[in-house]
Amino acid sequence: MALIDVINFRKSFGPKVIHEDVSFYVRKGECLGLVGGSGAGKSVILRSLIGLEKPDSGQILIDGVDITPFNEKELIPIRKKVAYAFQGGALFDSMTVYENLAYPLRAHTELAEPAIADKIHHQLAEFGLEKAINLYPGELSGGMQKRIGLARAVIMQPEIILYDEPTAGLDPYNTKKIQELILRLKAKGVTAILVTHDIPTAMAVCDKFAFLKDKVIAEQGTIDQLKNRDNSLIQKFIEGNIL
Amino acid sequence: MSEQLDLSQAIAKRFQEPLEFLGGVAILAKDTFNEIRTRPFYGSLLIDQIYLVGVKSLPLIFITALSTGMVMSLQYGLGLEKFGGKPYVPRLVASTILREMGPVFTSLMLAARVGAGMASEIGSMVVTQQIDAIRALGTSPIKKIVIPRVLACLIVLPLLVSIANLVGNLGGLVVGSAELSLDAQFYYRRVLETSNLKDYLAGFGKTFFFAIFIAMPSCYFGLNVKNGTKEVGIATTKAVVTASLLILVGDFFLSKLFWVIEQWL
Repeated sequence: MALIDVINFRKSFGPKVIHEDVSFYVRKGECLGLVGGSGAGKSVILRSLIGLEKPDSGQILIDGVDITPFNEKELIPIRKKVAYAFQGGALFDSMTVYENLAYPLRAHTELAEPAIADKIHHQLAEFGLEKAINLYPGELSGGMQKRIGLARAVIMQPEIILYDEPTAGLDPYNTKKIQELILRLKAKGVTAILVTHDIPTAMAVCDKFAFLKDKVIAEQGTIDQLKNRDNSLIQKFIEGNIL
Repeated sequence: MSEQLDLSQAIAKRFQEPLEFLGGVAILAKDTFNEIRTRPFYGSLLIDQIYLVGVKSLPLIFITALSTGMVMSLQYGLGLEKFGGKPYVPRLVASTILREMGPVFTSLMLAARVGAGMASEIGSMVVTQQIDAIRALGTSPIKKIVIPRVLACLIVLPLLVSIANLVGNLGGLVVGSAELSLDAQFYYRRVLETSNLKDYLAGFGKTFFFAIFIAMPSCYFGLNVKNGTKEVGIATTKAVVTASLLILVGDFFLSKLFWVIEQWL
């Protein structure tokens, strides 16, 4: 059974239609690479999967539950289950790294402060960021901000992670670090959708791809299926032959 | 026919923004009222805001109130001197400060300092996706952002106005004594004898409305930033202008309201 199931998704902003009729699904433990040109609306789909945007019509099923009619309060259990790794990290700049990571734990768990501290130290050690614990986001590099944003997203051990351009603008070292983190989470069985233009990373971590073009999913399939397909749009996109 | 259409479209466009603002603020106020009654309550965020809104504004409010009291005392004194009305200066200065100048000037200064700060801070949080992150992490921007700021303004503004009232009258006394040759003891006694609780409450009561006039538009414009950093500046300007207009226009109606209540009591 699919853990994420998007059915006939339609979304517009004012008169501008972003998605006409988008449908795809992701099974438990799978990682879907959502690719497409700039402005194709990949991030809009990710945002909709966590209720940050409401579709005009269609359904978004998370573990079989349609979240499209949910209000902010009803979305809270979904948001505990689905984590969102923002493109720029979206760290709270008035808080230290420690406080940023403590934020979801304090909001959603009954853990005492020593247990929260333990969890944060462990998480930062896993991400290789122990030294940044008392720094503010403004004191961190872009790559570190993204990694800490990712650490904050996964500290509640979500079932699903939505990665929004996690390697955009990063040097090869930080790209590799992020790639390793995604693979490590995947090995733990976390389901994911990866929006990216970084094809090597997508090839390394994704089980299947969906290609957004002209407001619909123009093509989707596993890497093997796409490789064996003649005139594959995704292949052409990767090779830079279409937008 | 098309000219009529153009005209109606122009009129609709002209009123669209104010109507959107009214509707948006009403929804924000409703959500704030609903969420303020539910757990969790972030007390530490409220204390942070009280410090930022209140303690940090003290020097500004002190200087504004002192200058206002001094200028009023000087102007009333010079104006009334011709008619032998200098002894009325303490009463006039005290009454004007307690009823109008204390609450209005303090609120305007707070709108400029705090309203601008709130709108730009929240707007920047929108641009950097921090507000989205608050939502994505299963928490409420209303609880985390709006409620602490609204409550801080509601708690702090009446206190700041009380301080401004004292400092303003002190400024009046200093000028009355130094420039108008009024005896300081006489000035002090005249203020106490001629001012009453109604004067104080008429001004004090307005501060709760003014606090809402500052906090709500500032949060609304900050939260509605959409297209990048350029809009943060626009939102800041809109927040300050709107809050200032609401204070100035609202002051007339509130003065009238409190006057009616006074007659009634």
